[in-house]
Amino acid sequence: MQSHQFENRFQQKIDAETKIEPKDWMPDAYRKTLIRQISQHAHSEIVGMLPEGNWISRAPSLKRKAILLAKVQDEAGHGLYLYSACETLGIAREETINDLHSGKAKYSSIFNYPTLTWADIGAIGWLVDGAAILNQVMLCRTSYGPYARAMVRICKEESFHQRQGFDILLTLSNGTEAQKTMCQDAINRWWWPSLMMFGPKDSESTNSDQSMKWKIKRKTNDELRQQFVDMCAEQVKVLNMVLPDKDLQWNAARQHYDFGGIDWNEFWNVVKGNGPCNKERLAARRKAHDDGAWVREAAAAYAAKRANKQEIKAA
Amino acid sequence: MQQFIRKFYYGDIPDDISGEGLKPAQTGESAEEASWPLWEVFIRSKQGLDHKHAGSLHAADAQMAIENARDVYTRRNEGVSIWVVESKYIHASNPDDAESFYEPASDKVYRHPTFYELPEAVRNM
Repeated sequence: MQSHQFENRFQQKIDAETKIEPKDWMPDAYRKTLIRQISQHAHSEIVGMLPEGNWISRAPSLKRKAILLAKVQDEAGHGLYLYSACETLGIAREETINDLHSGKAKYSSIFNYPTLTWADIGAIGWLVDGAAILNQVMLCRTSYGPYARAMVRICKEESFHQRQGFDILLTLSNGTEAQKTMCQDAINRWWWPSLMMFGPKDSESTNSDQSMKWKIKRKTNDELRQQFVDMCAEQVKVLNMVLPDKDLQWNAARQHYDFGGIDWNEFWNVVKGNGPCNKERLAARRKAHDDGAWVREAAAAYAAKRANKQEIKAA
Repeated sequence: MQQFIRKFYYGDIPDDISGEGLKPAQTGESAEEASWPLWEVFIRSKQGLDHKHAGSLHAADAQMAIENARDVYTRRNEGVSIWVVESKYIHASNPDDAESFYEPASDKVYRHPTFYELPEAVRNM
């Protein structure tokens, strides 16, 4: 069979909503796109633990601390589901991790912003996890089987994350003046970076969109972003807070909220490594990996010792 | 701007516009570490049900694989029993042969109860 025949058959399967599984034939570009996207997604889960981890020891109560700890553990789990899905495409785990640590692979830019107050943990849960969930719900129907299955698992766990964030903000919004100010300040700082999470505007694209054709993605950046704005514009009222956008208003004709322009220079700057915390995040990741070397060595030594004992017993 | 030549998605920023200086990968992994095998994890969600494939992970040996699987796949009481199998021991049918491989079953409709038409009088058979 010619390669274009393979490709035709592949596209027919996609069009018929048949999932692609690891051993199935797939175009190299499909594999490459998935490896990049899934690994970046995995890295985002892992690096995403850092801004929140910063507050585990400072959470205002034992309950909040236990909840935050559970949430950060979840993120580690999500990273693993995704790394495993990525591995089914034929790339070694070490290589994926090395690409993150060398700066070659990217992760979501949102995690390059600092968490200055406790309210930031609330804003991350509500806005950042909220934005991520919209993307992830869509990805539950992605065409690559292992990725879709990882997403289903993640989505099941993720909704608690968004609720705990909203719960933090709701508590602050019913608190003292200082707490209300803190709440609004966190929303102000996280709102725009959260909107940037969906990526550039659809109109900035000139190429035909391969990811949509392959059904890796099923909604465009702008569709998801609009969905997010519509959702948050209503929810913020419950908090008695405002979103920091003077152009935000309901458009009855479109049946959607209109919203202001995004500062794309800031976005590209952070992507390129000039965000407030890029260097710190990568340094923390590398340090954690290096400092953990003895644990990995000990585990390997212990496994060898145990295997040895069993051999002696068997003899 | 020149970067806008194609569309990038959330969590999907192409290599060619990554800005961070590309330092050589810090491997430094010990030989033991690189050789941690991959394990497939199967979970029984409830007594009486089959074990079902949940995912995979790396671990130094079976015992640690089971412990890691507990931490990763049963954080919300999803399981009462865990199996782990080293991935290299799993043999699978070839998807390219699927058509001919499963063909023998496709013309045997009489294996299904719906193939048989029964008189109304016979109920619950």
